[in-house]
Amino acid sequence: MMNACPEKVIRMMDDYLDGEISPSEEKELKESLQNCSDCRQIYQELTRTIAFVQSASHVQAPPDFVQKTMAGLPKESQRVGVKRFMRHHPLMIAAALFVLLMSAAMMSSFSDDQQFSFTKQEHLVVEGQTVVVPEGQTVVGDLTIRNGDLRVDGELEGDVTIVNGEYMASTGVINGEIEEIDQVFEWLWYTIKGTFQDAVSFFGGNDQSIDE
Amino acid sequence: MDALVNKRIKRVMKGDQDAFAEIVELYQHQLFQICYRMLGNRHEAEDIAQEAFTRAYVNIHTFDQNRKFSTWLYRIATNLCIDRIRKKKPDYHLDAEVRGTEGLNMYSKIANEEELPEEELMRMEVQERVQYEISRLPDKYRAAIVLKYIEELPLAEISEILDLPLGTVKTRIHRGREALRKQLSNL
Repeated sequence: MMNACPEKVIRMMDDYLDGEISPSEEKELKESLQNCSDCRQIYQELTRTIAFVQSASHVQAPPDFVQKTMAGLPKESQRVGVKRFMRHHPLMIAAALFVLLMSAAMMSSFSDDQQFSFTKQEHLVVEGQTVVVPEGQTVVGDLTIRNGDLRVDGELEGDVTIVNGEYMASTGVINGEIEEIDQVFEWLWYTIKGTFQDAVSFFGGNDQSIDE
Repeated sequence: MDALVNKRIKRVMKGDQDAFAEIVELYQHQLFQICYRMLGNRHEAEDIAQEAFTRAYVNIHTFDQNRKFSTWLYRIATNLCIDRIRKKKPDYHLDAEVRGTEGLNMYSKIANEEELPEEELMRMEVQERVQYEISRLPDKYRAAIVLKYIEELPLAEISEILDLPLGTVKTRIHRGREALRKQLSNL
C-alpha cells in the first residue's frame, strides 16, 4: 500500500506530523491527499495511531514510591545531617554554640593576649623573648614579665613575677621573691568577666551564618 | 520551576537527602510513566524508575546545572530501560524447562513478548492494546515514540535525552509511527 504512494508525499506527511513543513509543501501535501486515496488512507491511519498513543492513560507511580526510593539511597554524609539538625533546632544550636563560643573566646583571647612585656628597668637586656640581667650588672627594683622568660646572669635586687613564662637557669643572684603564674585557669578567673562580653558579641556575629 | 529544581539540586550536591526527596516527589510520575511505557510492566517500571533516581542521586555531581535536570534524569531512565529490554531478549534455549516449574518452558515464560493471536488482540481494551503494540516496537523506536507522544517532549529535547542527532530522532519517530500504524490498522 505504502509503495504505491510517492516517497515525496510520505516525507511531506512526516514533516507535517513533526510540525516542520513549509507552507508551500503543506499546500502540495493537501493536494496529494485529495488526489490519492491510498495517500489519504495512510495519512488518516497515522493521525489515528498518534491519537491512540496519546490517549494511553497517564499512569502514576505507586503511592509509596518516594519513600521506597529514598530508603534505597546510600546514606547521606554526616556533615549534612548536622546542617539540617541546625536548621530544625535553632534554639538548641544557639545554646550549644553559646557555650562553645564562650569557652572558645576565652581560650583564644588567652592565647591572643600573649604579648611579651616586662617592667622597664635600667640595664635590662632583651634576647628574643627572654629578659636578661647581664653579667656584672645590678638591676634594682621589682620585675614583672608577661609571656617571656627571665635569665639572671648578674644581680637583681627586687621581687620577680613571671606570668606565662619561666625563670631560666641562671648564674646570677636574685635578692627577692620569685613567683611564676602560668596556669590557664588561674588566668581565666581574672579575665572571665571581660571574656563573657567578647563571647556575646562573637555569638551575635556568627548567628547569621548558621541559618544559611 | 527550573530555578526551584536547581536550588534543590544544589542542596543535594551537598549531600542533603531531604532535598532529593522533593526532586523524586516532583518527577516520580513522569519517570514512572516513561519506564512503564518502555517496559510495559508496572513492577519492572517501578524497579527501573527507582534505579534511575538512585543513579541520579549518586552521580549528581556530574550533572551540569546549566542544563535541564529532567533531560538528564530521563536520559538515565531511558538508558536503563533500553538495557533492561536488551537483557530480556532470550539468549537461552527456549524449550529448556524453567527450574522448579514442571512443564513450564521458556516459551510460556516469555509468552507476552511474542505476538498474540488475532482473537486475543480483539478482546483487548484499546489502551491495553496500544501499550502492547508499543512494547512490540524495537527499543530504539520505542524510546523515541514514548518521549514524543506520551511525554510530549520537543524533538530537540528528545535528541538530547537519547544522545542522538536530531535527524536520527526524526527517522526513529517516523519509523516507529509507521510500524504502529501497521500494527494498529485492524483496531
